[in-house]
Amino acid sequence: MSPSSSAGPGPERAPSDAAASDDAASFNDTASSNDPMRPDDHVDAPAPAPRSGSGPKLGPLGWFRFFWRQLTSMRTAIVLLLLLAVGAIPGSLVPQRSSDPNGVLQVRAENPDLVWLYDALSLHEVYSSPWFSAIYILLFTSLVGCVIPRLAHHWKAMRAKPPRTPARLSRLVGFQTVPGDASDLDRAERSLRKLGYRTARYGDSVSAERGYLRETGNLLFHIALLAMILVVGLGSGFGYSGQRLIVEGRSFANTLSSYDTFDSGQWFDGASLPAFSVQLDDLEVVYETENPNAIGAPLDFTAHLSVTEDGAARGEQIKVNEPLAIDNADLYLISNGYAPRISVRDAEGTVVYDEYTPFLAQDDLMTSLGVMKLPGGLDEQLGLRGFFYPTAGQLDTGAFTSVYPDLAYPLLSLQAFTGDLGLDAGVPRSVYALETDEMTQIAGGDSGTDALTLELGQTAEIPGGLGTITFEDVRRYGVIEVHVDYTQIAVFWIAMTIVVSLLGSLLIPRRRLWVKAAGGRLELAGLARGEDPALERAVDELAKRLGGDGERRASEGDAAADAVNPVGPGRRE
Amino acid sequence: MPAADLDSFSLLLVYSAMAVYTLAFIAYAVDVARRSAVRSVPAAARELVGAGGPTSATGPDPSAPLAPALPGRGARIGFTLTVLAWVLHLGGALLRGLAAGRVPWANMYEFALTGVAVIVGVFVLSRLWKDLNFLGVFMTGIAVVFLGTATVNYYVAPTPLPPALQTYWLVIHVFVATLATGLMGLGTGLSVLQLIKERRDNGFLRSLPTPVQLEDLAYRVGVIGFIFWTFTLIAGAIWAEHAWGRYWGWDTKEVWTFVIWVIYAGYIHARATRGWRGSRSAWLQIIGFTAIIFNFTIVNQFFTGLHAYSGL
Ligand code: HEM
Repeated sequence: MSPSSSAGPGPERAPSDAAASDDAASFNDTASSNDPMRPDDHVDAPAPAPRSGSGPKLGPLGWFRFFWRQLTSMRTAIVLLLLLAVGAIPGSLVPQRSSDPNGVLQVRAENPDLVWLYDALSLHEVYSSPWFSAIYILLFTSLVGCVIPRLAHHWKAMRAKPPRTPARLSRLVGFQTVPGDASDLDRAERSLRKLGYRTARYGDSVSAERGYLRETGNLLFHIALLAMILVVGLGSGFGYSGQRLIVEGRSFANTLSSYDTFDSGQWFDGASLPAFSVQLDDLEVVYETENPNAIGAPLDFTAHLSVTEDGAARGEQIKVNEPLAIDNADLYLISNGYAPRISVRDAEGTVVYDEYTPFLAQDDLMTSLGVMKLPGGLDEQLGLRGFFYPTAGQLDTGAFTSVYPDLAYPLLSLQAFTGDLGLDAGVPRSVYALETDEMTQIAGGDSGTDALTLELGQTAEIPGGLGTITFEDVRRYGVIEVHVDYTQIAVFWIAMTIVVSLLGSLLIPRRRLWVKAAGGRLELAGLARGEDPALERAVDELAKRLGGDGERRASEGDAAADAVNPVGPGRRE
Repeated sequence: MPAADLDSFSLLLVYSAMAVYTLAFIAYAVDVARRSAVRSVPAAARELVGAGGPTSATGPDPSAPLAPALPGRGARIGFTLTVLAWVLHLGGALLRGLAAGRVPWANMYEFALTGVAVIVGVFVLSRLWKDLNFLGVFMTGIAVVFLGTATVNYYVAPTPLPPALQTYWLVIHVFVATLATGLMGLGTGLSVLQLIKERRDNGFLRSLPTPVQLEDLAYRVGVIGFIFWTFTLIAGAIWAEHAWGRYWGWDTKEVWTFVIWVIYAGYIHARATRGWRGSRSAWLQIIGFTAIIFNFTIVNQFFTGLHAYSGL
């Protein structure tokens, strides 16, 4: 190309993205009602008219329109998106009731002075807090306000013909001429159609446009976001999830009362629980035994189950990434641990207690903490609290610790307390916590007597002649979560829609091409509507098809090109 | 070969790669210094280049070299060294995978190892499509700093996967996340240059494309990164559904994935908004990438949550 041929009028333009819009002549030529509708402050929207003086007074309707405009502007969308991002962060700093209830209790216990603040700002339930909801409701209101007019507009634009050919193509991108005349326009139109353009004839010119799917994708994307919020909201309203701890060999029926914890949405119907029962036959855990860097790392958890449904039993299994579907419920293996079976006999040798007690794992090596409460049967109420070590080892201090998570040398070490267990007061007590304020320690700690240390099968005397305690057996338990979400499939498909429409919206170029017979040649040029790095190539491509060599020459189109080029032709004449 | 030996070889390759990246960085830096020394390119020379380059003055032709200045020898050496270092680096990642008997991105060290390989890979391969050599100092600098940090702070011997990670979702979700990170890193490099170039335009900066060109490029790369990030987020939700019984639970890592996604959505909107296009939107991309780095380092190590896979 020859630098001296650019005879663009007007002053040298500073390289700037405003090239398209500050070149009012060419812009007004080519902007048309086919263009996707954009908020006023979108870069592709026509530049706003300069404000004149104070402007007319606004009536109530005027004010409403003013606010609606503000709410549905791009600026507001950006600010709300950024607010949403910032607003989500506290939920990762402060424990949330939904994902970390123990963390919530701990933080509140450690910072009693700040509890009021946590509550005032809903910091333990950020994602359902009024302020977080306000942000996303505003954002989605803005979204609706933005999308509906665009939808209507796009609907019409899809039916409209490509816009008129601009008077002067020479100021547009990729301008070039190829040999030919008006009789070649039919051929040009066919070529363009084959390339996926929609075409229209205006006098001695063809106007072509493609990429309507870009706007379709964009609208679909935003609508899918909206659908996602609505469907997820509905799903949590109807669904439920419950957790149940089962010791090997035991079973539970899918009824409300058999769950340890149960959460359901506000429209949940208790009668809708599918009728089945599940027995945990065996919980199989495989630990690493060879890699010296990872001895004891868990490799596999499998829960082998017998499921009884409609009177028929069948064998099933759950693994960590493989939930089990029963009816419309999904069952997951959430965690596991050990449940030692401990029996207590009174001074006469009568069994007063004999149960598997789940101990909660405290570390990766399965050092586990558990509590037993015996309100009756002995002369005094008895509370036991202590650790279970699947493979016990001794620290230098003499304290026990678990050295391997599997059962090689199981050991129990229990402290014992007598006195009031506090079970009669009618206050609900956690089965995993022992209130020792009203009790006297009789074994372990500062009691002057050693903790009760039991290997598997051993029996020990309970101090004070209360009786004896025996470590009978140990089994594993699994915590099974039952989860029902009727909207899962819908959510999945909405997510797929989001991905696909996003791809369309970001990657499909929307562009116009024109072929015009003038001065014994065919003039070609294009115009991008939105991001389109390949527009120029598209014009060259078309030129080749029409018999040109794809080399631009004698072009005035450099003006537009200069705007995006760093070191353009050094001088102009 | 025993796994431990494979892993030592892997480390050796990684250290060698770091050494060669450092050399590449020096070569690029010398090149930058040399170009800074040339105070101003004489107008005649510039014109020659402009007219001589095949289509370099005709706008956004993707095949055209972006930086019209003559490629310096330093930059050429820098690029060759970068490719060499990258090959060593890939070898290191590959051996690490073999040593562990699985994909090499299951803990922080491996994620950084593979992630940096992807960042550099995007840079090296983009050469086929566009000359981004002006980013050389930035890219090799990042590679040295990130790899150094990873080997010093995050290295752990290979260990088997915990059950929750033993699934093809690890392959998909995490790899796409590294890809997204790599692309967003590249886009951020471009955005940073854009901001610098907007403020001053002397010395070596003269040889860079215009701020508008840098911005366009930063946007294109960033947007591809955003698409991958969207995919990461959705694949993560599907995986969480399989492993934990819910697709979204506002776990700390989920929160940050969401935050990053929303910041990038803000960035894309900003690019299309009058008054925000230009430096303001560039800042948003930089903030988005900072959030990614924060998510990878601080959130992984110091925030509690279900995603406890740092391996530390
Ligand atoms: C829920 C919050 C929103 C999210 C997550 C979001 C996300 C996105 C994304 C990712 C894009 C780029 C991909 C595409 O073109 O489809 C985009 C584009 C766009 N969004 Fe949104 N959006 C949101 C809300 C809004 C709102 C409230 C408006 C109205 C002001 C809006 C108007 C637009 C427009 C006009 C574009 C096209 C930009 C262009 O021309 O490149 N969006 N949005």
